[in-house]
Amino acid sequence: MVMMPETKARKTWSLVTRNSPLPGFRLSMGFTLTYLTVIVLIPLTAILLHGARLGFNAFLHTVTAPRVMASYRVTLGSAATAALLSALFGMLLAWVLARYRFPGKRIVDALVDLPFALPTAVAGISLTALYAENGWIGRYLEPHGIHVAFTPLGIVMAMSFVGFPFVVRSVQPVLEDLDPAMEEAAASLGASVWQRFTRVIAPVAFPALLTGTALAFARAAGEYGSVIFIAGNMPMKTEITALLIVTKLEEFDYTGAAAIAGAMLALSFTIMLAVNLIQWWVQRREGKRV
Amino acid sequence: MSGRGANSSSALLQPSMQQRTGRIVLIVAALLFLAVFLVLPVVAVFTQAFSQGWKMYADSIHQEDVLSALRLTGLVACISVPLNMLFGIAASWAITRFEFHGKSLLITLIDIPLAVSPVVAGLMYVEVFGLHGWFGPWLSEHNLHVIFAVPGIVLATVFVTFPFVARELIPFMQAQGSDEEVAAVVLGANGWSVLWRITLPNIKWALLYGTILAASRSIGEFGAVSVVSGHIRGQTTTLPLEVEMLYNEYNFTAAFAAASLLTLAAIVTLVLKKTIEVTSGVHRHTEEKEAQS
Repeated sequence: MVMMPETKARKTWSLVTRNSPLPGFRLSMGFTLTYLTVIVLIPLTAILLHGARLGFNAFLHTVTAPRVMASYRVTLGSAATAALLSALFGMLLAWVLARYRFPGKRIVDALVDLPFALPTAVAGISLTALYAENGWIGRYLEPHGIHVAFTPLGIVMAMSFVGFPFVVRSVQPVLEDLDPAMEEAAASLGASVWQRFTRVIAPVAFPALLTGTALAFARAAGEYGSVIFIAGNMPMKTEITALLIVTKLEEFDYTGAAAIAGAMLALSFTIMLAVNLIQWWVQRREGKRV
Repeated sequence: MSGRGANSSSALLQPSMQQRTGRIVLIVAALLFLAVFLVLPVVAVFTQAFSQGWKMYADSIHQEDVLSALRLTGLVACISVPLNMLFGIAASWAITRFEFHGKSLLITLIDIPLAVSPVVAGLMYVEVFGLHGWFGPWLSEHNLHVIFAVPGIVLATVFVTFPFVARELIPFMQAQGSDEEVAAVVLGANGWSVLWRITLPNIKWALLYGTILAASRSIGEFGAVSVVSGHIRGQTTTLPLEVEMLYNEYNFTAAFAAASLLTLAAIVTLVLKKTIEVTSGVHRHTEEKEAQS
């Protein structure tokens, strides 16, 4: 309603809803849409159409084959575990960075982004070297019967590595913006530390934590580079779905690869939708409060 | 704890002995986590790379295959990053300076590459340009190669770094508003001089920040590039792919030597990012806010 032109109703429909004195709308919008179409929309359509060409039954048969189902279990199970670990440690880091002063804080803050900056292949071989039987960490875990490299635990490690910065970067700004006066008010009314955390901080930080965890889960579920080195890649046991797509491609089974990719895209878009809903919910809630 | 009600308001948040211990425990736990989880892998890369001594390290890096992989990685970044800068500027200009139908849909579409698995991203281009893809037969008729060649690697890299610049610029330009630009236009400036003299100087730090993120990702991209590359040594192997190939040949020292170059690039990225955050207003955190007030 607000977006409608306030002056007299136009005869022709126009893309622009409010006139601006600035130039360049056609040029910038035209370039944006063309680029988006060529780079994202056409390739996305190609893969979805290829998957759809199979027909419903064949598609369902391909994406629910036992080896594919096993790869979903490995991928989603590991990604969910990694997302929970990311939520836990991400929350800890966001809290420490937002609330406390300590020497070297800037370095720690910069370091949190390392998994974004470090190429996934490098993370993969490095984690494998650390957690292998004779690695710096692995050699202390193996005698206790804890096998990380080439087991689902290794997949969880790699997925947590790439996922936890999403939680820190989602939660940290919210904690920083939280007015200390609210906590002071709660404290002056006799609230304990635990009560201040659960009643004042948690309700504000929760949507951000949920967003960050969803992003970490999405990244973990699609992750390839850091996982394949440490996973062992045993079909039915430690084979992730992304690797299965690559395997299908190497066997020249393009249709099978496209079908599984379609299933993964469905998951990606569901998570995107969920994140957008969380943000919409937060905006509405904040709108009500003001 | 309820017995401290008589104190002044700020004293209420003064930590008790117990809370100070809790604070130290949390800080130590966070630092330990980072040391084991982030610092140790970086140290391991360099230790493995130098495990056979300096000479072996230098020899590993001076292999012709590694050098050509390094050149290809540089070339791909030099093509894909400027393209995405151009897109970022155009998209943020259209989105933040005009009101139009479907704006939030457009913003969501720009985020798609962040949600898609890199392997699926690579496969998308195989579907379009591969031999069995839409344009594959036409391309091979004209002897043009996209998949298993450099253009495919560039496309896959453009896709995975697609939103980085735009996502930095859109909130930044939205917050900045368009008053200065409108004033310039009203006073008779044309569009290009507004862009060069007002918009670009105003957004330069956010633009640089997004560019660094895009460059870092384009240097390190593995999954998407791996699908379209074909792994032809000396021709379609980027540095991350060379790391993988050396590693799979059990040439661990050489793999970690090549990986150490990528790790250095990552460290440079983090330093540049933090420098921009501290010196400019981009992504400013509390500590800098406090220092300013």
